[in-house]
Amino acid sequence: MCLAVPMEVLNIDGNRAWVSAGGTKREVRLDVIDQRPHIGDYVIVHAGFAIHRIDQEMAKETLKMFEEMFSNEAPG
Amino acid sequence: MKHLDEYRDRELAQRIIERIHASSKKGIRIMEVCGTHTVSIFRNGIRDVLPSNIALISGPGCPVCVTATEEIDKSIKLSREHDVIITTFGDLMRVPGSKSSLQKEKANGADIRVVYSVSDAIKIASNNPQKRVVFLGIGFETTAPTIAAAVLEAKSEGIKNFFVLVLHKLIPPAMEALLSGGDLKIDGFMCPGHVTSIIGASSYVPVTQRYHIPCVVAGFEPIDILQAIYMLVEQLEEGQAQVEIQYKRGVTFEGNKNAMAIMERVFDRCDTVWRGLGVISKSGFKLKVQYREFAAEDSFDLSIPKAKEHPGCMCGEILRGVVTPAECPLFRRTCNPGHPVGPCMVSSEGTCAAYYKYQA
Repeated sequence: MCLAVPMEVLNIDGNRAWVSAGGTKREVRLDVIDQRPHIGDYVIVHAGFAIHRIDQEMAKETLKMFEEMFSNEAPG
Repeated sequence: MKHLDEYRDRELAQRIIERIHASSKKGIRIMEVCGTHTVSIFRNGIRDVLPSNIALISGPGCPVCVTATEEIDKSIKLSREHDVIITTFGDLMRVPGSKSSLQKEKANGADIRVVYSVSDAIKIASNNPQKRVVFLGIGFETTAPTIAAAVLEAKSEGIKNFFVLVLHKLIPPAMEALLSGGDLKIDGFMCPGHVTSIIGASSYVPVTQRYHIPCVVAGFEPIDILQAIYMLVEQLEEGQAQVEIQYKRGVTFEGNKNAMAIMERVFDRCDTVWRGLGVISKSGFKLKVQYREFAAEDSFDLSIPKAKEHPGCMCGEILRGVVTPAECPLFRRTCNPGHPVGPCMVSSEGTCAAYYKYQA
């Protein structure tokens, strides 16, 4: 039930934003989000509310972690 | 980056699996606390690719499943009031109470409406001023802030016919209750991604310290889960017990301070009953004094006869991770998704439903 999906912010109007993912568009509320998003940001959406603005740098960090994990064969 | 496909890469998955096999020596038991993780683990066949010394145990992280029978009975009683519209997330409809379910009550004429968001419930209240609209507030920390925001909205808009039956439950107290119960051996926790988006990974520090058990917060794609398992394996092989975040795009150490402040404004912590785990201290919410006008229990008579559990149903033990569904005498026989006896078979995220669907 804690299902939540990353969706792209298309438009912001006060306390509400239009977001889209995989061809689905939806209006969500911004009451409980941690950081106010900008158009083009991705937010994690749960039950009609954006709950988290995805930090692109943080997302890249995970992907970079994989690169390092496999480029350096030394353990740890 | 759309934050999905990057975490479904087959080749990357294979490399992480190889890493897990190379590093993992000890026999370990990892509990995935969250029901969404349980489903993803089954759907992606993750149990089948792990070495045999790693066991994944499904935990109590399905809000529908841990909703107590007495809470369903109260919801059913509310739905029988002539001027009430019940609004609920769809997952709750088929969960059996002592004698009935919301679905059966709806078939008998009760006005019960499935909503996607609590915002829809507020709209229904505004559009039906002659009715009293009750929202069934189930869910963990992921969902609770949205309900709190709706209560604040109802207060500021002066909506008088909106009520919430607050049934929220909180994850860290349940993890502690599992560990202190003594009948379950767990070496590491895979912690729920979206609960932790709200409460922050720092919430697990007391658990790791008190029980010397590593906690890794994981995302929901196959790569996320494999990487989280690898991180747990590394900690356990080295005898460490730390809180780590695998799901960095969704979770911070501090959490969502705005959402936590909204919850704190609206709710007080209280003891609450979990199916299978019993009463857990400070593991639930109730509306604060200044928002009691929206509390269903203050406006309706919710006294009910003592709830009856189905004899033989082992959902309680399954939710604690003490037995697997195959050990329940009802599983696949009298209990199946078409005729669920217990909540773990009702919810698509329930452990029994996942075993039924994905395990031959």
